[in-house]
Amino acid sequence: MISSATHGQNRTWVRYTLGQKLLRFTIYLAIVIAVVQSIRHINIIPEFMYDAPAQMADLLNRMWPIDWAHYPQSVHAALMETIHIATLGTILSVILAFPVGLMAANNFTPNAFLNFIGRLILVSTRSVNSLVWALLFIAIFGPGALAGTLAIAFRSIGFVGKLVGEAIEQTHPGSIEALIAAGATKGSQLNYGYWPQIKPAFWSIVLLRWDINVRESAVLGLVGAGGIGMTLDTAMNLFEWQRVSVILVSIFVIVILAEILITQVRKRIL
Amino acid sequence: MTNTLPQRMDVRPFSYSTGTKVGIVLVLLYVVYAAAQLDFTYSRFITGLDNASTFLSRMVPPNFTRSNILIKGMVESLEIAVLASVAGIALSLPIGLLGARNLMPGWASWPSRALVAVCRSLHPVIVAILFVKAVGFGALAGIMALVVASIGFIGKLFTEAVEEISIKQVEAVRATGASFANVILFAVLPQVFSRFVGFATYQFDSNLRNSTMVGIVGAGGIGGTLFSAFQRFDYDFVCAILITIIAVIMLGEILANFVRAVFVDNISPGEILRHKRISRISQGHEGADT
Repeated sequence: MISSATHGQNRTWVRYTLGQKLLRFTIYLAIVIAVVQSIRHINIIPEFMYDAPAQMADLLNRMWPIDWAHYPQSVHAALMETIHIATLGTILSVILAFPVGLMAANNFTPNAFLNFIGRLILVSTRSVNSLVWALLFIAIFGPGALAGTLAIAFRSIGFVGKLVGEAIEQTHPGSIEALIAAGATKGSQLNYGYWPQIKPAFWSIVLLRWDINVRESAVLGLVGAGGIGMTLDTAMNLFEWQRVSVILVSIFVIVILAEILITQVRKRIL
Repeated sequence: MTNTLPQRMDVRPFSYSTGTKVGIVLVLLYVVYAAAQLDFTYSRFITGLDNASTFLSRMVPPNFTRSNILIKGMVESLEIAVLASVAGIALSLPIGLLGARNLMPGWASWPSRALVAVCRSLHPVIVAILFVKAVGFGALAGIMALVVASIGFIGKLFTEAVEEISIKQVEAVRATGASFANVILFAVLPQVFSRFVGFATYQFDSNLRNSTMVGIVGAGGIGGTLFSAFQRFDYDFVCAILITIIAVIMLGEILANFVRAVFVDNISPGEILRHKRISRISQGHEGADT
């Protein structure tokens, strides 16, 4: 970062070299061009923008008062379904992701080709949004919670597998070398060498992913993959705004509860 | 002298503790219970596998003949992502600063923290539905939804970053008689700038992913095209759209890594020419969802 122009008397401290300045300037310029171009090209109807506040106020007005009586009728069951989808999806994703994570970890699988395949699986599952996974599984298994659970599970493979693989790569080799010297099989190395070292990381990854999955599974119903999203979709199609508000409040509460729960569990077990 | 140690060959070394065994049984019971609740059956699974083979065979080869629709949708998604990121980052800077408890009084910090918490708790697609109902179909609803998501994410992390700064520099600048704005500009922002670049590039990446999805609920971008292709069983076009989305997202990730390398690692053009690896920072996880 410190560069001297010449090695004579007039050595002045320059924070960035010319090249670094140019790179920064290029990025700023690119951002400005992208923004200007987007504003000019994007199709926004200005009238919609001007009456947006009025429309929002009207929408909130129609949502009030909240129709609490609707909760026991259909929202509760859908909310439980959402939690089951998130939890089952997380369990399934751990089962699917653990082997892939092992395959991607260079110290457990010392084979560059298998590492590459593992990473490819992790990246590609992560690049597809859970809604797209849901659409794919709906096309295969039909609408319902099964498609939602599988969507959550496949979407999570990338996240869980990547972090588990990184945790395995960061393990200390000492105890594992000792096990190898004692003639331990690959399974025993994993069970007695790697697992005790990655255990805290593993549980925090699983809890974090479960929290994310609770949020995501609330949306899946919008494309027909079960859970509270379907109830929300129905209520909105019928313009039952007071029911929409009770559904939104319950999603909000469940997300907050999930977050509190995982912070408490992490405090206990880590 | 030799047999002082108890010979218990029946006990397996390192066997699972009772707690672990109970835990495994409970998880298995839960899986069976939840699967029954969600009406999973073996026969459904088997018929599904049949559908899967026809479905996959109809997806290949991908159909790029309607590329004008594809490009139009993708460009709109990109525009939504750019505008939402810029507006969201610009809005979350003051909100994040207001939330920092080491600089702001309590009456200023808790409302902004509450706002950030509300923005964070709802999924962008749900927020997009609300905006579609409020401001009509189109890109505006998508932009507004992603602005809300950006405030929720950057606002929270920026607040945390500001709370972790060294207060000594703030005091030094204050001691020179600087105004409050100057304290923020010269003592606070330089300390959090590199982390801020990290959040901002991460958020752009995340907005790009979500901007391809908000179209499913009518908020503009390629998502609408994707959803209608699904509903019309145009699976070869679906495959083409998915390939395009994945390619654009990966390009966006590379771009974000490059920006981080320039602003955080201070790489110079010479280092890029010498093919220095610029993806070092991409290992780190700033955000929850990737």
